[in-house]
Amino acid sequence: MTDALPDNTGYVAAAYLVVFALVLLYLVIMARKLARLERELVELNELADARVAPERDRTGEEVGAR
Amino acid sequence: MRYGTRLTTLSLLTAATMTAALALAFFYAPMDADQGFMQKIFYVHVPLAIVALCGFVFGGVMAIQHLRTRDPRYDLRSYVAIHLSLVLGAGVLVTGAIWAKASWGHWWVWDEPTLVSFLIIFLLYATYQPLRFSIEDPERQARYASVFAITAGAFVPLNFVAVRLAQSYTHPRVFATADGGLPPRMQVAFLVSLAAFALLFVTLWRYEMTSKHASAQLRSLRRKLTADGDRGLPARGRSAAPSLPSP
Repeated sequence: MTDALPDNTGYVAAAYLVVFALVLLYLVIMARKLARLERELVELNELADARVAPERDRTGEEVGAR
Repeated sequence: MRYGTRLTTLSLLTAATMTAALALAFFYAPMDADQGFMQKIFYVHVPLAIVALCGFVFGGVMAIQHLRTRDPRYDLRSYVAIHLSLVLGAGVLVTGAIWAKASWGHWWVWDEPTLVSFLIIFLLYATYQPLRFSIEDPERQARYASVFAITAGAFVPLNFVAVRLAQSYTHPRVFATADGGLPPRMQVAFLVSLAAFALLFVTLWRYEMTSKHASAQLRSLRRKLTADGDRGLPARGRSAAPSLPSP
């Protein structure tokens, strides 16, 4: 195959690289969205912990009072 | 519906098909007698164009479903398909320009119907996002965007037929030429390439749908966790992207 490679190999490489770069760019955008989702999930987890902790304390106090 | 189901299998299948397509294009398909090595651009440019155009039509079909059922999930499906097809369309234009430069010596040829018609379709769909963004009310935005997607989606096959009927034959044809089209080995490489890009489209579409669905689920969870309902949520603001209702 290499014997037949003409001068315009660069054009072929460029065309394939463009497609590769586009897919890569899309993956980068998806990765950013995933990171944002993870941040939100961490935030919600903290929010859930903050809600659960006072309830646990209250239950503990009630048990202690008995 | 959970869009993330079997996404790993789909991703692996896409990667395998894409590898096979590249191998077939470079090591199995014969060298073109006329264009030589640069004809290899065909295996990426043409499948990309077909998949992008089919994506626009799919967006139109989903828009019909949205108008029929008023289900916002169809609007989201249509939006993601059009958005993804635009990205692929940009790839088609760039790879086409590279191929034109290599074979005709010019980056762009204005009297070539296939090129110009694709550019018209691309520019038409490039107005889809600004159209959505210009309408604040989400319901009205979804309805208008669906009408646009249906009209533009119907234009795609019409445009394809019009180009086929055009007299210029400067642009290489894929199958339906008078002398029988592609040799069998080139046809195999082309069809595998087409399958690979179709799978890539489906995979990326599913990725984005999964992401949007997860966002909606998180929003709903936040609403349930915050005692004061929506007050804990950041204001959505104006957006071109549709938002799913809380499950």
